[in-house]
Amino acid sequence: MTPDILLGRLDASALPWHEITEAENRLQLLSGIVGLAAALLAVVAALAVAAILTRRRGWGPLWRDWATSLDHKKIGIMYVVVAFAMLARGVAEAAVMRLQQALGADGGGILTPDHFGQLFSTHGTIMIFFVAMPFLTGLINFVMPMQIGARDVSFPLLNSVSLGLTVAGAALVMISLVIQPFSTGGWSGYPPFTEISFQPGAGPDYWIWAVTLSSLGSTLSGINFTVTIYKERCEGMRLMRMPMFCWTSLCTSILMIFAMPPLTVATGLLALDRYLGFHVFTNDGGGNVMLFANLFWLFGHPEVYILILPAFGVWSEVFSTFSGKGIYGYFTLVLATMCIAVLSFTVWVHHFFTMGQSADLNAVFGIATMTISIPTGVKIYDWMLTMYRGRVRITVPMVYAVGFLFLFVLGGMSGVLLANPSIDFQVHNTLFLVAHFHNMLIPGTLFGMIAGYTLWFPKAFGFRLDDRWGYRAAGLWIVGFILAFFPLYLLGLMGMPRRLVGFFEEGWLPLTLAALAGAGCIVLAVIALGVQLAVSIRRREALAVPVGDPWDGRSLEWALPAPAPEWNFPTDPVVNGRDAFMQLKRQGGHLDRPEGGFGDIRVPRESAIGPIVAVAGTAAGFALTWYIWWLAALSVAVIVGAMIARGFVRDAWRTIPAATVEAHWTAWRALADATPRVRRSDELRPANRGHAVPAAEERST
Amino acid sequence: MNTRHPGLNLGAHHGAADDAAEVEIFGFWVFMMSDAVLFGLLMATYVSFLGATHGGPGPQTLFDLRSITVQTVLLLTSSLTMGLAQLAMKHEEGTRRIVVWLLVSLGLGGAFLALEMHDFLSMIDKGGVPQASGFLSAYWALVPLHGLHVASAGLWMLAILGQMAWYGVDDGVKTGLLRLGVLWHFLDVVWIGIFTIVFVGGLA
Repeated sequence: MTPDILLGRLDASALPWHEITEAENRLQLLSGIVGLAAALLAVVAALAVAAILTRRRGWGPLWRDWATSLDHKKIGIMYVVVAFAMLARGVAEAAVMRLQQALGADGGGILTPDHFGQLFSTHGTIMIFFVAMPFLTGLINFVMPMQIGARDVSFPLLNSVSLGLTVAGAALVMISLVIQPFSTGGWSGYPPFTEISFQPGAGPDYWIWAVTLSSLGSTLSGINFTVTIYKERCEGMRLMRMPMFCWTSLCTSILMIFAMPPLTVATGLLALDRYLGFHVFTNDGGGNVMLFANLFWLFGHPEVYILILPAFGVWSEVFSTFSGKGIYGYFTLVLATMCIAVLSFTVWVHHFFTMGQSADLNAVFGIATMTISIPTGVKIYDWMLTMYRGRVRITVPMVYAVGFLFLFVLGGMSGVLLANPSIDFQVHNTLFLVAHFHNMLIPGTLFGMIAGYTLWFPKAFGFRLDDRWGYRAAGLWIVGFILAFFPLYLLGLMGMPRRLVGFFEEGWLPLTLAALAGAGCIVLAVIALGVQLAVSIRRREALAVPVGDPWDGRSLEWALPAPAPEWNFPTDPVVNGRDAFMQLKRQGGHLDRPEGGFGDIRVPRESAIGPIVAVAGTAAGFALTWYIWWLAALSVAVIVGAMIARGFVRDAWRTIPAATVEAHWTAWRALADATPRVRRSDELRPANRGHAVPAAEERST
Repeated sequence: MNTRHPGLNLGAHHGAADDAAEVEIFGFWVFMMSDAVLFGLLMATYVSFLGATHGGPGPQTLFDLRSITVQTVLLLTSSLTMGLAQLAMKHEEGTRRIVVWLLVSLGLGGAFLALEMHDFLSMIDKGGVPQASGFLSAYWALVPLHGLHVASAGLWMLAILGQMAWYGVDDGVKTGLLRLGVLWHFLDVVWIGIFTIVFVGGLA
């Protein structure tokens, strides 16, 4: 078939009902219906959002106040919104896959193997690149600049461009739900299976461009955050005084700078193979498939720590805040974070122990892998000792944190097992592995992100999240996780392979049913999070914490009103030690008028470059996927043209006059004076208006 | 916090551009570090594919060391002239001198690219196309990527020259030129790696 000039190779077979019209048996029909339903859901959701925006006249504000904003807090919030939207799809897919595996005894079920293959490929791609990455990037974006006493990140426009690239990647994956198919090559996209000779269709190309766009965005975010932490810290904020979350952000960002390029190289070379007939990863012509495994996991393993370190930062803040104590072993936690970041680059070969390299090499990488459990163990003990003799309050983030402590240690131990090459040979490519990495990433990363979302939500929007629905969601997450994934350890030991569409072994059935029940709980957990948000928005008056310190916080972001003003700090803060805000509270000085008075503040002016990159990036990825060359060329030209035009912009900043800053500060100060301070025991009641009695003070009274 | 770092720093009399330079140049160097990972991995790929000629033409048939040496001289000289342009800016020797040195750099970069194109075409003539073998795929993934970087840097220089025509040597132009210089010198460093590993290493 010769590609059409206008539409490339895009034709009617890409439409979501194609599988139904072509169906030859019941299974194909069912599979087609599942696919069509998912596509309809995506379209309806998009239309519903558009309708609500139109009805509430939201397009203008969305463009002016959000899409074009360069405020790091708003960009962070938008990242988290993307993460939650994609989480909904990722969890739904997981539930469908669990359903298939429970029904798949005797080879039945509701999905064709090809459809199932697309599901686990999008599920993995989405969860890593479009849930975990945007979530942690969003949290870092929102929190880190405030914690180091900065006004913004070093490169606010670049920040918006990074978001645009991430959104473009996410949009491509969403589009693939409607204009099908996606890759069946798994989230790691191993050639030769993703080569043109095995998958000539559009699937792997969707994967390549979605992943490439988002990894470029992550590289730029890593650069931005690293430079911000090195260069924008306020006076007195030495590196060893930074909150732990900033330390983990720094190490994660450095990992992003060095670990994302290997992925770009891997996807880029795969694209050259597919588009131009190169022989890099092909079976023939002198290509080398193992090179992809090396490049991909040279990214993929550090990626695991990119995902986990920010969560470790959140846990440090959560344990310390809700124990009313400074973090135990600050120095060792910093050291452990750095060790993990360095070691993460030394273990990538454990992802292909069974691919035929020498036993000596496997031994070296096995031992290197086990070594990571040492700094991780240090962290676990530090967190437990932070709670020891503290005044522990079991708030919602603490429920996640305690669940994390137990579950993560179990997952870590299964990791030490897998690090032994001889054991890895036994459970290779079984559900044991699937159980292991979900055990790390759900209690580790996702619980951490949700805990962080709960912790910092009041700072972002000025009101707390409803805690009853928070407890319900947390309980459902923990129970659902245990039910969904512990059976998979057993199934793996019983030899059940991963990515299996159907099976004939009766003994596996009870455990797959248990896992399905767990997946059901997790779906309920996500729904509970949605209800929590809706309930909280409705009760926002009762949950409001305008003074801005609802949890007796210890770091600088809690010194600001909630929501924080665009300029963060009315004057540049000065820090004298660790737990900067706690120290200020102890000295009773945090509400004092700034000594030097107020000054004009420069903030970045709104810019359309980020949204332009998002739209043109999506168009470029879509065009390349479907061989629509004119659109690809046009989109790239738009991006390059926008960058050149941006170079000519000179009034990129606007000034907020000192009077505005002073008026804002004075009003907040008056509010704080009028707001009664609340004891920690009352922090979940409506009495909590964000004016905390420090835990230490409460103990003495 | 007035630590300095590699790069041609402006002086205090450059006002706001001097304040901005530190963060912007540092950020650009960090960007270059991630770019260096990209080139490093492609060089490693090339080395591991040296033997994978799959019956196709190898380095001995394809590479013209004389032309490569001329390209190297052109590119390294353009780094010198770029440095002279930046010095002219730093010592405020007038817009004309900056523009002249920039145009000389651009010309040298263009000559490098023209010669490289010529080499590419003659390679294709000899059957050295990327589809021929893993070795050639690795070559074509690495060397043209460097050329693409040089071409982009040239486009960026044109954009900065346009800004100079519009605004004169203002703060935006100053910090832009500093960053462009970092990219320009970085591409020389990468080229030295390519010259050594791809061409000398390939022929050795």
